[in-house]
Amino acid sequence: MATVAEAPAPAPVPVSRDGVASVTAPPSPRRRRSRQWRHPVGLEIFTWVYLAWSILPICLAVLFSFNHGKSQSAFQGFSFQWYISTSSKTPSVLHDAQLHAAVLQTLWLAFLVTIITVPLGVGFAIGIDRWRSRTSSNLNFLMIFSFVIPELLLGVALLFLFQQSFKFVALGTPAEVAALVVWNISWPAIIIRARLSTIGRSYEEAAADLGASRARAIWRVLRPLLMPAIFASAVLVFATCIDDFVLVDLLSSTANSQTMAVLIYSQAHGGNNGPALNAIATLMLAFSVIVAAIGYVAFRLMTKGERQSTTEALTNFAGL
Amino acid sequence: MSAREHYRQRTQQNRLDSWRPRWAWGALSIPGGLWLAVLILVPFYVVLCVAFGTLDPLFQSPIPVWNPFQWNGSTFVQLWHEFIGKDAFLLPPMLRTIWYTAAAAALSLGIGYPVAYFVSRYGGKRKSVFLLLLVAPFWISYMMRMLAWIDLLQTNGYVNRILEDLHLMSSAHPYSWIGGKSITVILGLVYGYIPYLIVVLYAGLDRIDGRLLEASQDLGLSKWRTFWHVTIPLSRQTILAGAFITVLPMIGDFFTNQLLSASPSTTMIGNEIQGQLAVPSLEPEGAALSIVLLILLMVPMIYYVRSTGRASRETA
Repeated sequence: MATVAEAPAPAPVPVSRDGVASVTAPPSPRRRRSRQWRHPVGLEIFTWVYLAWSILPICLAVLFSFNHGKSQSAFQGFSFQWYISTSSKTPSVLHDAQLHAAVLQTLWLAFLVTIITVPLGVGFAIGIDRWRSRTSSNLNFLMIFSFVIPELLLGVALLFLFQQSFKFVALGTPAEVAALVVWNISWPAIIIRARLSTIGRSYEEAAADLGASRARAIWRVLRPLLMPAIFASAVLVFATCIDDFVLVDLLSSTANSQTMAVLIYSQAHGGNNGPALNAIATLMLAFSVIVAAIGYVAFRLMTKGERQSTTEALTNFAGL
Repeated sequence: MSAREHYRQRTQQNRLDSWRPRWAWGALSIPGGLWLAVLILVPFYVVLCVAFGTLDPLFQSPIPVWNPFQWNGSTFVQLWHEFIGKDAFLLPPMLRTIWYTAAAAALSLGIGYPVAYFVSRYGGKRKSVFLLLLVAPFWISYMMRMLAWIDLLQTNGYVNRILEDLHLMSSAHPYSWIGGKSITVILGLVYGYIPYLIVVLYAGLDRIDGRLLEASQDLGLSKWRTFWHVTIPLSRQTILAGAFITVLPMIGDFFTNQLLSASPSTTMIGNEIQGQLAVPSLEPEGAALSIVLLILLMVPMIYYVRSTGRASRETA
């Protein structure tokens, strides 16, 4: 089965109305070298400063999780005590039942949501992309709407739904799963649709020509072609669920179904509760990074035949 | 040409013959579509029913009114007074939400655009490294990123210590960053949402055909004029999309200012909604406030949905 996709067709360049259209003449390649712009040093420094600002605080937070003292503002030597200590003075992640429960609940929730969301989203994307009717464009509208609506408003609406009307869905894990699927279904849908438009319809037409039924063509032709995108969206959904706060917090029932994000929020706001919080946040970070790294490597293996550059792979993987 | 045309027609014919009807494709989207339709349309109807509903006189809990003909708008009248009347306690958080969001979005664009522009145009061989660093915050929990700043912004934290070392602040009067300061909340919002903006901006800027910029150069435009007359117009749609992607969640944000200030002087509209949900007798008001907010946001949301729809049709 050939999984080599054709090169993405260059997107038509939108040409603005105010006269830019006239500049689309083919460039003269010979002169390009000599007139190339100087490397913008100022911009590069700006970019590095931004990157430092965005990443260094997190490195420091990770560092503080290994702090020997109780302070979160001064480093007093290296220690694993916030992870494994048994002392009652320093509650560590390993010996705190509440933290254990939070870790397990987070992973369980993310797993449930991923296995529901991805098939629904993939089917949804193929369906509306190939169907192209009024109903499908309305459904697409609904999907983009779920993508842009502020999470708080969706959460409030779902909370009222589960409290007043759909009482058979209990608050806690069932309600959270239902809500997170709505909130995340746009990821696979958008990524798969982008991939479908890159693939084009010629493969299906060829399959039809060769006598394949539609179901067979979907299974034998579209599925392998879409596999990397399906996988990338699964990783994305999983990581977003690990991180989700608003929906999980609004729809949680008791402290038993707390996730790591909710736990960090409830303990951190207004003050700080010592480096154990940093330790659990670090673990959470490690989860996401491991998921992302495994996902990326697997994505590269799956798309080996396409010979994309690292940059292309990264952009495709991140769903850009 | 005609042979090719003929072949194409025949292929089309074959496909239609064997894969009819076309709407059967839609069957694939039924499960996801149902899930979306049921869990988006019905909830908002329930919110309306709660907002137009009544309170149980005994338990002070909301009773939704399902029949639209029996809706009573007293909650909305009350809400109106809370915005406009004598003790209009909702107006300050609303204005604050607009001001924080506007400031944070402007700052994010001011920081994000140059970064995305640099990486997309001059990233060169290191592009994948830059890209990895740009999407890294995407994979790091929001709570973790806020926690990091809570550590740094303590009165004896690193930020204040650096300011002291630079003699910008005396150690006798440390600046209390997380004691209800607007600037902290705005910077927190920027820090929280800028990765999404940059990712959108990068994707858009990267799609701009480099040949257009070369052409502009060849026709004698300077670097700045090329940027102004070619790059900016070509990225207008991207800038708008990025702005929406960051502004919409910022408006519904209630946790950033809770984490970074937890003071009534910085509450936003999201905090009000969340607070009202915690008290059963105030739930109808929370529902009404959500409806008002949703209606206000409807215009930008529909604009965004339609513009992305148009863009996807153009590339399809």
